[in-house]
Amino acid sequence: MTHQLPALIIIVPLMAALLITALSWINRKWCFTITCATFALSLAASVGVMIEVLENGVVSYRLGGWRPPIGIEFRIDHLNALVLLVIFSVALLNLFASRIKVQAHFPNKAGTFYALSVLFVTGLAGITITGDAFNLYVLLEITALTGYALIGMGQEHAPLAGLNYLIMGTIGASFYLLGVGFLYMMTGTLNMMELSKLLPELYDTRVVMFGFFLCLVGLFIKMALFPLHSWLPNAYTYMPTAASGLIASLTTKVMIYVMIRISLLVFTPAFSFGNAMLMTVLVWLAVIAIVAGSILALAQKSVTRMLTFIIIAEVGYMVGGFWLGNRDGVTGSILHIVNDAAMTLCLFLVAGSFRFRLDSDRFSELSGSFRHMPYTMIAFVVGALSIIGVPPTCGFFSKWYLIKGGLAAGSYHFVAALIFSSLINVILFFRIFEIGFFQTLPHGEPVSQAIPAARGIREAPRGMVISSLIAATSLIILGLSTNILVSRVIRFVF
Amino acid sequence: MMNDLITMIAAKYNYWAFIVLMMIGLYAMIVKKNLVKKIIGMNIFQTSIILFYISVGAKESATIPIIAHGHQEGVIQATAYINPLPHVLMLTAIVVSVATLGVALALAIRVYNQYRTLEEDDIQSQINQI
Repeated sequence: MTHQLPALIIIVPLMAALLITALSWINRKWCFTITCATFALSLAASVGVMIEVLENGVVSYRLGGWRPPIGIEFRIDHLNALVLLVIFSVALLNLFASRIKVQAHFPNKAGTFYALSVLFVTGLAGITITGDAFNLYVLLEITALTGYALIGMGQEHAPLAGLNYLIMGTIGASFYLLGVGFLYMMTGTLNMMELSKLLPELYDTRVVMFGFFLCLVGLFIKMALFPLHSWLPNAYTYMPTAASGLIASLTTKVMIYVMIRISLLVFTPAFSFGNAMLMTVLVWLAVIAIVAGSILALAQKSVTRMLTFIIIAEVGYMVGGFWLGNRDGVTGSILHIVNDAAMTLCLFLVAGSFRFRLDSDRFSELSGSFRHMPYTMIAFVVGALSIIGVPPTCGFFSKWYLIKGGLAAGSYHFVAALIFSSLINVILFFRIFEIGFFQTLPHGEPVSQAIPAARGIREAPRGMVISSLIAATSLIILGLSTNILVSRVIRFVF
Repeated sequence: MMNDLITMIAAKYNYWAFIVLMMIGLYAMIVKKNLVKKIIGMNIFQTSIILFYISVGAKESATIPIIAHGHQEGVIQATAYINPLPHVLMLTAIVVSVATLGVALALAIRVYNQYRTLEEDDIQSQINQI
C-alpha cells in the first residue's frame, strides 16, 4: 500500500474534482466536506511519502508500471516532499477560512469554486511530484487555467485582471515548452533523470544553452520576477478572498521550486552555477525586484495590494538567494519557499477577514481594528513581524541564511537590498499598526471607541480567526524548527 | 551574399517559419489594444510552438510511423519512420491551447459585459474615471 502513496497524492484530488462537480448538481452541502476530506487524504499521503523519503531516500513511482524513459515517472526527493507538505497544509488551512466567504459571496457557485480549487491544488502537487519535463508543462497549464478561472470569479476588475494574467501566463508557459523542445531535440528524452544523464556532454552546444535560458525566462514570467511582474498585482488584488490565500501563497513559490528543480536536477549545479555572467545578472535582477517591490509597496493604500508588491519583493529574495550559488544561499532560498508560503497565507487570511468584515481593506478603514478584531490582529502582527524578519518568527531565519549566503558570495548589493527591504517592511506594517491602535478622529475622540461599533465591526467568523491563528502559530513553530528542517531535509538538496 | 542568405533560410525553412509565426503572435499580444486580437495573437504564438515540435520529429524520406501488417518481418528501420513522440506531445499541447482559448474567450465575454467594450484604452479610461 505505501508504495502507491505517490499516485494517491494526485489521483485523489483529480477524482474528487469530478465528484464535486457532479455532486454540486445534487446537493451543494457535500462539496465542502469532500474538498476537506480530499486535502486531508492527500496531506496524509504526502506525510507518508515524506517519512519514506527521510528513511530510504528518493522515492520513484512508475505510472502504469512503465519503465521511466518510456513511461512517466513520479520522483520524490527531499525537496519536493517538503514542497508537497507545504502545498496541502496551505490548501487545508485556506479551505477552513474560505467556507464562510464562499457562502457569503457566491453561494450558487460553491461547487464550481471547490472543484476549481481542488484542481488547482492537483496541478501544483503534480508540478511538484512529476519527473517528466513535458508532464510538468501540462500540469503547469492545469494550475494556470484553474487559477485564471478562480481569479475571474472575483469582484470589480477581476475578469480583466484574469485575462491579462492569462496572456502573460501563456507566454511564460509557452517559453518553457519551447525550452523543453530544444532539450528534447538534442537528447530525445523528456524524463528529468535521463536528461540529467544525457545533457552534460552537450553543455557546450548553443541549443542546450538556449533551451535552458528559455525555460528560465518562462518560469520568471510565471513567478513574476520584477520586470515581468505586471500581471500579478491586479490579479491578486481582485481575486475572491476565498481563493487568495491559496493562489497568492502557492503559485510563485511552486514556480521557484521548478526553477530550482530545473537548475539543480535536470542540469547540474556545475552547469547552472558555472556561468558567472548569468549568476551576476540574475542576482542583480533579484536586487532590482526586491528594491522595486518594496518601494512600490510603499505607494499602496490597501492591505491586499500592498501584500502583492511584498510578494514581488519576496520572489526577489528567493531568486537572488538561489543564484548566489553557494550552500547558504540555496538553503535560504528553499527555506524561504516554506516560510514565505506560510507568511503569505497568514497575511492574506487576515486581509480576507478585513475585507469580509469591513468590505474593504483600505488602511483608513482599519482604525480601531485592534480593539474590535483582537485575534485577527494578533495573527496580523505575527505575520508582519515574520515578513520584517524578527526572531523567533520564521522570516528571520531564512533571511539570516540569505544574508550569510550573500556575504559568502561577496554580493553586498544583495545583502543591502535585503536589509533595505526589511526596513521598508517595518514602515509598511507599523503604519498599519498605528492606524489600528492609536488613530483618533480630527476632533480628538479616539476612533477606536466611537466609529467601529457604529460601523458594526466585530471579530471575524470563527473559521477565519482559527485558520489565521494556526497560520500565525505555524510561523513561530517553523522558526523554532529551522534547525531540524535544514539538517534533516534541505541539506540533502544541495 | 544574397545567395548565401537564401540557402541559409532554405536549409532550415521550418525553423524560420516557426520563428516568423512566433514573432507575429508576440507582436499581436504586446502591441494590439483589442483584447480579442490579443487572444488571436496568443493562439498564433502557441501554434508556432506546435509546428516547431512537429518539424523536429520529421525525417528526410521517412514515412508515417505505422508498420504495415505482415509487410516487414524482422528488423524495423527507425530511420524509415518519422518520430511519432512529438506528435503525441502536441496532441496534448493542442488540448491545452484549446482550453486556454476557451477560458480566454469566456473572460473576454465577462469583460465585455462589464465595460461594453473590448478596447483596452476605453476600458482603462473607464477604470480611471471611477
